[in-house]
Amino acid sequence: MTLEQVIFILVSFLTLGTGIVVVTNRNLFHAALAMMASFLGVAGLYILLDAGFLAAAQLLVYIGAISILIIFAIMLTRRMMQAREASFNSQSGLGLFTAVATFALLAAVIGQFWWGVDAFNGRPDVPDTVLQNTVSSLGKAFVSPEAYVVPFIVASVLLLAALIGAIYVAWPTVHAEDEA
Amino acid sequence: MSFNIGEFISSIFDLTAGDYLASVWGTEPWVSVVLDILGILIVATIPLLSVFFVGLIERKVLARMQDRIGPNRVGGKYGLLQMFADVVKMLTKELLVPAGADKVAYFLAPILSLATSALLFAVVPFAPGVIGTNLGVGVFYVLSISSVSVVALLLAGWGSNNKYALLGAFRAVAQLVSYEVPMILSLLVPIILASSMSTMEIVEAQAIPFVIFAPISALIFFVSSLAETGRSPFDLLEAESEIVAGFHTEYSGMVFGLFMAAEYMGIMFMCFLFSTTYLGGYRFFGLEEIVVGNGFQLGRLLGLFITIFKGALVFFVFMWLRATLPRLRIDQLLNFNWKFMVPLMLMILLTVALLDRLILDYIPQVGDAGRAGIHLVSNIIIGLAGIEVLRRSARRQRQRHNTTSTVLAVAENEGAPIFVAAEVEPAYGHDDHGHDAHAPVPAH
Repeated sequence: MTLEQVIFILVSFLTLGTGIVVVTNRNLFHAALAMMASFLGVAGLYILLDAGFLAAAQLLVYIGAISILIIFAIMLTRRMMQAREASFNSQSGLGLFTAVATFALLAAVIGQFWWGVDAFNGRPDVPDTVLQNTVSSLGKAFVSPEAYVVPFIVASVLLLAALIGAIYVAWPTVHAEDEA
Repeated sequence: MSFNIGEFISSIFDLTAGDYLASVWGTEPWVSVVLDILGILIVATIPLLSVFFVGLIERKVLARMQDRIGPNRVGGKYGLLQMFADVVKMLTKELLVPAGADKVAYFLAPILSLATSALLFAVVPFAPGVIGTNLGVGVFYVLSISSVSVVALLLAGWGSNNKYALLGAFRAVAQLVSYEVPMILSLLVPIILASSMSTMEIVEAQAIPFVIFAPISALIFFVSSLAETGRSPFDLLEAESEIVAGFHTEYSGMVFGLFMAAEYMGIMFMCFLFSTTYLGGYRFFGLEEIVVGNGFQLGRLLGLFITIFKGALVFFVFMWLRATLPRLRIDQLLNFNWKFMVPLMLMILLTVALLDRLILDYIPQVGDAGRAGIHLVSNIIIGLAGIEVLRRSARRQRQRHNTTSTVLAVAENEGAPIFVAAEVEPAYGHDDHGHDAHAPVPAH
């Protein structure tokens, strides 16, 4: 076993183990912490795949923003101090179906790409210069007409609409100002 | 090649010990693993140890500015061993865990805090070729790691089962998340100017330091880095007149020490980051490229000293502000951020991006100096315009304030830009007590 495989196994255990804790722990706050650790493991997997930018984005978005949002939501809900919610409900049949279906879908998608590549003998050799310049390639792909400029702009418009909507909702009405 | 103790010592002094050991030990796989582990230990340990000196220096300088002497007994003349004595004291103190504390969160918080601070140093370019790891996404890495440190504060506040700690943590998160925005925007300016995210390449691109290209955005970065590290005048995270000590109210002994070490490491890192992105890092008129004798790279050693000197300079301004400025209120803090710094920084960012592209595409013959000059002029114009807009809105606010004098407090709390609000009613909570708030003399 190479060192990389050892690290891969450790990181995978971190991701999956904490993932199990997320769904089984009865303390919501601890579940959220475990979810952060799971996200950290996913970032580790990205680093093993030489996707440094994706790993940093994973940390920034999932741990730095989404997890904090979730923790705030847990803290601000009513029964936060007890934190003894039941962790299972009676929909196990539906849950099992969803899990199997998701697994099948993922397996089908991955399998399409899998059999062409020798998945168990390391990665294909990518020159270091390409890996160093992932950010600039990403940037070019986002604005190039042949690549992803349309989805990129659609996403930007969506975000802009959300921003304007948020400002509109939060804007104090004239009436409220008079009262103040 | 066999091991030669003289060459090894010489390689330590021109900071090529890693290369030397690699050439002695050969190319077996374990060599790179051992060298990597050694490198990690060095990069993580030296900042931690330098907390001893940084803490002492801060206490001495603050004392001088406040007309005191500061620590002067322990370790001979200048209180040199004061911090060691404090650490020994903290180590011997009992770890008190408050009743009802969430133990997982309570003990995870200081560890996470220190770990994130230590991780940041991986991308500081200390000298030419001397960097923990030259990531292609260096600056982005910094931002993502420092966003994780927010989680540590939240854990500490929540885990302590203490209202003051929780309020402190909420404040801290509001402040850190808000000031992250102008910090990210102002870090994008050097990225655009250097057209790279790697800290090393940003330094290499600064034949003329970026502070000359964009002084206003450098200033905004400086202010938001003050807020990100929770330094005065933005030290609301631990405003002891209001919330005891903020998120670390319930921590004692060495667990508190970990928080303190993390805080100082964060401050040191911010100083280094400022000098890396805006002051030219290890570059100083080609001093960093000197090679003497038979290949001894004196320049690398000099580069290390230049980095430390520039970082220390920034740190001195940090201390200076702490000794002089009173603390802001939370509404002033957030208003200043969202209503002044973020819009101004957005304008600067747009202009810099557009101008730089135009200069590089159409008039590349102006060279580096011309490019710097054009950016400087545009930056100053935007800065002045921003201050003018601020002044006008302040005047409007004041007029409204005078006409409706009955709602005095409301008008002041409502979006008055910070300069004005500070003129009308001085902020309370002046940090004027004798020793500093987070000196290693924990009051708890």
